[in-house]
Amino acid sequence: MSAIPHTLPISREREFAISWTDAGPFLALAALLVIGYLINPDFLSATNLGNVVARSAFIAIIAVGATFVISSGGLDLSVGSMAAFITGVMIMCMNGLASSYGGWAIPAGMAVALLVGLVCGLVNGLIVTVGKIEAFIATLGTMGIFRALITYLSDGGTIPIDRSLRDIYRPVYFGTVAGVPIPILVALAVAAVGAFILYKTKYGRRCAAVGANEEVARYSGISVIKTRAIAYMIQGACVAVAAMCYVPRLGAATPTTGLLWELQVITAVVIGGTVLRGGTGRIWGTLAGAVVLELIANLMVLSDLVSEYLVGAVQGAIIIIAMLIQRFSKSK
Amino acid sequence: MFKTKWIAGLALGALLAASGAHAQKKTVAVSIPAADHGWTAGVVYHAQAAAKEINKAFPGIEVIVKTSPSASAQVSALEDLSAGRNLAALVILPFSSEELSGPVKSVKSKGAFVTVVDRGLNDPSIQDLYVAGDNIAVGRNTAKFLVDKLGGKGNLVVLRGIPTVIDEERIKGFQDTIKGTELKVLDIQYANWNSDQAFKLMQDYLAKYPKIDAVWANDDDMLLGVLEAIKQSGRKEIKYALGGNGMKEIIKKVMDGDAVTPVETPYPPSMIKTAIYLTVANLAAQAPVRGAVKLDAPLITKQNAKEYYFPDSPF
Repeated sequence: MSAIPHTLPISREREFAISWTDAGPFLALAALLVIGYLINPDFLSATNLGNVVARSAFIAIIAVGATFVISSGGLDLSVGSMAAFITGVMIMCMNGLASSYGGWAIPAGMAVALLVGLVCGLVNGLIVTVGKIEAFIATLGTMGIFRALITYLSDGGTIPIDRSLRDIYRPVYFGTVAGVPIPILVALAVAAVGAFILYKTKYGRRCAAVGANEEVARYSGISVIKTRAIAYMIQGACVAVAAMCYVPRLGAATPTTGLLWELQVITAVVIGGTVLRGGTGRIWGTLAGAVVLELIANLMVLSDLVSEYLVGAVQGAIIIIAMLIQRFSKSK
Repeated sequence: MFKTKWIAGLALGALLAASGAHAQKKTVAVSIPAADHGWTAGVVYHAQAAAKEINKAFPGIEVIVKTSPSASAQVSALEDLSAGRNLAALVILPFSSEELSGPVKSVKSKGAFVTVVDRGLNDPSIQDLYVAGDNIAVGRNTAKFLVDKLGGKGNLVVLRGIPTVIDEERIKGFQDTIKGTELKVLDIQYANWNSDQAFKLMQDYLAKYPKIDAVWANDDDMLLGVLEAIKQSGRKEIKYALGGNGMKEIIKKVMDGDAVTPVETPYPPSMIKTAIYLTVANLAAQAPVRGAVKLDAPLITKQNAKEYYFPDSPF
């Protein structure tokens, strides 16, 4: 059967119409900032915003990877468990090396984390592509595996970082460069690299092409298997980078580390304007989406408007409303 | 065909031999939740330690520990445990009262002595022995300490766990005790017994309230997050940050005389050990142990912290 290539109609949307969609998550962000200020003026204090953006960095970094996976038509539910697993392995390596190598144990641990992340991503990628298992099921499986592995490694308790490394490593989360917390800088750097790969390289275009239409991509000579597998490896690398920033925050890995991060990550990607069924990816939108999620949680605590029991409901409602507004503005 | 027959025969023989060996010993089955967070990890550690000690000390008794990751898995585990052999006793820390009541009752009806730990069953007549900690005392004793040290005045923030009876009892014990004093709870929100969420919540509390005198986290996992958030903020006015449960890192702080965390209230995971030993006392020495044992939640201070410190435990 020969595929008849559809000549896609050249986008007739006017310039500003396109930018409206792209601007969606940033408008939501701006709206939240205004609402936040009206509810509690402390909300806009540099410390509060710094804290919120810094702690949204983990989700943002992982979500950059997820933007690749999702825009290539995949899904990764294992990222939260993978983050916990990588964190655990990384801490154990660093603790093991600390006595003989001192502070050098930290970069060594980071290298191990990156390696483990790439391998985890490759495993996911191979199961999905070569194994031809539905991404939802494949990563649901590895999600259970990574979670069980961290529980096993920690005996169900905690894997704390060696005391001698704690203070040396601490600035990676708590430190600042020119007043900007380091996790924010890392997230921006990861996003910049991600945006370059997705928007400017051949691989990025292949990624979107595979997600938009697998068959057409295959007939155009794109290796679907390779493209998707690399997307999962990028995801694994991003999880590893997030783990590197996460470790100094509480200095321990536990079986509850990264619980439900996968859902936050997917929400951030979708709020950011990436379509869940693949084909397009919006890295900067993803970044905004991650911050929006964390801001909502922060606002709920800073305001005294609703009962502690209803916080989850309000967060859920806001996310749905944000999505509806986006859908509404896109259809115009 | 021939081969499978042989294998089946061998397996059957092994099974018979195994059950024959068990018949001479009194079997005590211990069914507990699998280690999925700090406290349950402590329970598993102490249960296994008790099993090892008892199996060594009493040749006539065999303690088997079985962990289950969910309520339904625990029901299956009970069936497995009681199917092959005659249980002399069952020590169970049930996942949930509702789901486990029926299955435990059927083990009991086969003649096993039943010890229930921590969470009760719906029908208290099933249990021969009940061992539990005192969650109300966890809240009450922490509150008493704060009322005392702060002179009955000040601003508090509280972090709750997951909406369950345990959480409610701790909060109730706390709030009843500070009633009538000038201690004011500025805010109380859920952090789900999770360090990460507690870290975020504490950051938010710190942004929201310019003056906080003390923090109560209701559990040590959350306290770890709280302490990091306070450290980061550089705020000095917070006099106390207290937790509960008896995590070894926190007990260590108490032993070392930490100024912000000078005390701790235990809800000891080692209560499983108390329960197993009491149960075995009945079997090995006919000591009468029927009844209910409520372990107190005394304040752990620098003086008695050693008694609660288990450096080898994962919790």
